Amino acid sequence: MEKAATSAKEKNTSAKGTSPVIIDEAIVEIVSDSGEGAQKCGQSFGAISAKMGNGVWTVEIIPAEIQPPARSREGASGIRVRVGSKKVTNMGDQAHLVVALNEQVLFGRISQQAYKEGTVLLIENKWAQSEQENIRKQYAEALAEFKERGYQIIEIPMEVECLKIVRDAQKGKNMWVLGMICYIYGREVQKSHDQIKGIFRKKAQKIIDSNIALFDSGYNWAKENLDFNYEIPAMAVAEDQVVMNGNEAISFGTMASGIELCSMYPITPATSASHHLADYFEKAGGVVHQAEDEIAAIGFAIGASYAGKTAITITSGPGLALKTEFIGLAVMAEVPLVIVNVQRGGPSTGLPTKVEQGDLLAALFAETGDAPKIILAPATIEECFHFVILARKLAEAFRTPVILLTDANLATGVQPFPRPKINQEWFAGPIDQSPWKEDVRPYEWNAENGLSKRPIPGQKNGMYTLTGLAHDEKSRVAYEPDSNQRSMEARSRKMAAFQQTLKKPTINGDETGDLLIVGWGSTLGAIDEAVEKARAMGAKVSALHLRFLFPLEPGLKEIFSRFKKVMTVEINYSDKLGDPMITPENRRYAQLAWYLRAQTLMDIDCFSNVYGQPMSPGKVLDMIKQELNIK
Amino acid sequence: MFGLKPDLCSIPMPETYLGADDYAKNAARWCPGCGGHSILSTVHKVCKDKQYAPEKTVFVSGIGCSSRFPHYMSTYGFHGLHGRAFPVACGVKFRRPDLNVFVVTGDGDCCSIGAGHWVHAIRYNMKMVVLLFDNAIYGLTKKQTSPTSRVGTVSNTHPKGSVLPPLNPIQTTLSISNVSFVAQTTDWHPAHLYATIRKAADHPGLSFVRIVQRCPVFMRDLYESAAADPGSLTLLKHDNGIVLDPAIEKTFKHVVSHDPSDINKAREHAEMKETIPVGLFYQNAENPNYDDYGAHNLGMTIAEKAAAINDMLDKYTN
Ligand SMILES: Cc1ncc(C[n+]2csc(CCOP(=O)(O)OP(=O)(O)O)c2C)c(N)n1
Ligand code: SF4
Repeated sequence: MEKAATSAKEKNTSAKGTSPVIIDEAIVEIVSDSGEGAQKCGQSFGAISAKMGNGVWTVEIIPAEIQPPARSREGASGIRVRVGSKKVTNMGDQAHLVVALNEQVLFGRISQQAYKEGTVLLIENKWAQSEQENIRKQYAEALAEFKERGYQIIEIPMEVECLKIVRDAQKGKNMWVLGMICYIYGREVQKSHDQIKGIFRKKAQKIIDSNIALFDSGYNWAKENLDFNYEIPAMAVAEDQVVMNGNEAISFGTMASGIELCSMYPITPATSASHHLADYFEKAGGVVHQAEDEIAAIGFAIGASYAGKTAITITSGPGLALKTEFIGLAVMAEVPLVIVNVQRGGPSTGLPTKVEQGDLLAALFAETGDAPKIILAPATIEECFHFVILARKLAEAFRTPVILLTDANLATGVQPFPRPKINQEWFAGPIDQSPWKEDVRPYEWNAENGLSKRPIPGQKNGMYTLTGLAHDEKSRVAYEPDSNQRSMEARSRKMAAFQQTLKKPTINGDETGDLLIVGWGSTLGAIDEAVEKARAMGAKVSALHLRFLFPLEPGLKEIFSRFKKVMTVEINYSDKLGDPMITPENRRYAQLAWYLRAQTLMDIDCFSNVYGQPMSPGKVLDMIKQELNIK
Repeated sequence: MFGLKPDLCSIPMPETYLGADDYAKNAARWCPGCGGHSILSTVHKVCKDKQYAPEKTVFVSGIGCSSRFPHYMSTYGFHGLHGRAFPVACGVKFRRPDLNVFVVTGDGDCCSIGAGHWVHAIRYNMKMVVLLFDNAIYGLTKKQTSPTSRVGTVSNTHPKGSVLPPLNPIQTTLSISNVSFVAQTTDWHPAHLYATIRKAADHPGLSFVRIVQRCPVFMRDLYESAAADPGSLTLLKHDNGIVLDPAIEKTFKHVVSHDPSDINKAREHAEMKETIPVGLFYQNAENPNYDDYGAHNLGMTIAEKAAAINDMLDKYTN
């Protein structure tokens, strides 16, 4: 591969069918204009790899517009697939190999630093013969620039080869490309064919046949014309694995929690969770309600929860902002509810398709007054599934809304994980309709832990009027100063009571050291990978990842005190010391750092940025090296 | 009960017979003379006549003087956020078809801050009764202009008089797709008020009842004279409409015949200016109910759900 020729056509065919080089992992991208099927191609490649027992992480490359103009630099649409011999937990750093259906879309990715010297670009070469002079010119100039940048370019006659099989190469080129990369990475042909049959199972046999023919053509072409190929040994997986993205995992978790209502309003990147529910929920006893706006969506969910059917509402930044008043009501009136916020770039409409962890403080503090509620952050796709089940239980046990913070990276990342063994105890039981004990008040707050039981409409003797006004134990509007103080205490103590049930977080690495990295949410894989690499280089660095953000997991201050420096790694904005205007006094910290500083009174630093990209292990590793003066 | 043993009687008897007082709770804290009082006692009476089980009945409101209503009922209640009674009520009903749901809302609550939800709730057409207490002013926050205030209303936000023509809640509601029941009545005509709410409670869909309500504190002039003058109302009369005792009907000076299936005529009557039209403007019991969709797959057991999820997971399993 080091010596990959510049044009496949010129290649000496004696190189074909080389024996594969064994590698640990590969990062492959397929980029194109939108609508060319690159994502389907990459998803299939990921699924085939997972079926072969490889670790996989897939992340979509999404242009901000639905139909950006063809061959535009910003229009890159596609997918990155990272395949490894071990479990893969993140999208990695620069790609090893890229298939591009036109050369222009590569520029967008280059500006996002997705490639490095030596990255192999397999580029559709039809543009070289374009009837339009400016396209021919663009193509030649781009290739010259890529060469300059040190990429290895291989021009591939994709269109020409596809036209030997189908009349319209636009339809099906993605399967030809799939065949090509499946050859390059030694994917099993039978498993690949099965995958294609699966994709087109609802289509006519003719279409299945033609797509398999395209796959075979790409596969054979690569075998005959490329002088490199690889093998990525599989890991031994004992259990059945499921392959899905984080939003699908949220949807499955919703169903497995026994929740029967998802009340939502469409918003990127949360919507696909509701789409998945819309496809499957009915069979699991639930319904999706598409409300007229986010306020109505959460109001509807709260109505259902109040009536005994704890509901879920799924949203993203702007939607969370609109739900704020109702979240305050749910805290005040102690209504169980699950709120999923799939974070995207903010503020305002921000970066709708891109990842950010910018809503932690909004989740904690957006409501007016004191409104404590449980906040959880799953760190993996598997946790997206299990945390919804946990959230529903906590919501009911602690009579509170629970916010789950995921993000665009988890939402669209695809990863295999052990198939959940559906447990009937995960599910909400039928609504209690037995008579209420007449002398028990609807907010009979336990003096110590603030907990109380709620009557549900239908229960005789339990009748009360829920109110968002300050209220006493009987839910009567109460303006007495003592009553307000007491009810606030009760709602706060519940959280303290829950905090006391939490375990101390585990540390990845030594219990003491020079640097402790603290993360939350989707950055887990990248942080762990960077920390493990740094440790192998001798760095005394460890990592800690928080799942419970309110209340916080116990023992943090004590753990932090065992490290010379504590630093959060987050995907949100923070000022950097040394930047113009920024002083230690006015510096604004990343959100978790800000919060942990307040909680622990310790000088916690942060490394964060808002490029709209998932945190990459390379960036974290560079930061660690810099912090610890490692060359 | 009634001196009869249940087994002597072939009709099933309710376990207990509830009186109107059994639906009341707490003394209403509205101002003396406020239209809310008579609406409250009328609702108690309708509940009694329908023999609603208090534990199966939920009153949902927003914020405003009128929205205090649920606190004065012995049923379940939800006194939520300003403008947001509709989504909460719809959420209550969606998976609980066994509950009787009422919405109590004010003109600011429904027609201003909650206007978006109002439109959609009408379209959802879920089985519930909506009582719009329209006093044409903001009461709780002390006399600001409401969307239903007449032009020239002097209020704390328009001391020189309001400048825009009022929104007509009847006309607006009539224009929404899937509307199924629109009626108007007043707090000062107890018989008509009762007959209207009673008819609304019998309707298989969302019944929207605008109650022209007196606020003697902040809107003294508007309805005070009207309440004293039987000529201020025009009765919309029809066998399929709000049917009154003939003796009471005779007290109306103005009566027009109106067939509630005729939506175009309903729209004409809604524009009546000289007098306040009362009666059933429109009813269509055939429209689809979104709560039927909400409840269509209720009652699956946990084992059935688990089995279904396992089937789905097969598609995601290697
Ligand atoms: C979000 C929000 N904005 C404003 C208010 C203040 N507020 C309470 S009631 C009300 C208007 C009440 O008028 P209406 O709905 O006509 O009811 P009425 O009091 O006249 O019965 C307002 C503006 C509030 N409670 N919440
Ligand atoms: S202010 Fe008006 S609407 Fe409010 S309670 Fe008093 S009279 Fe009734």
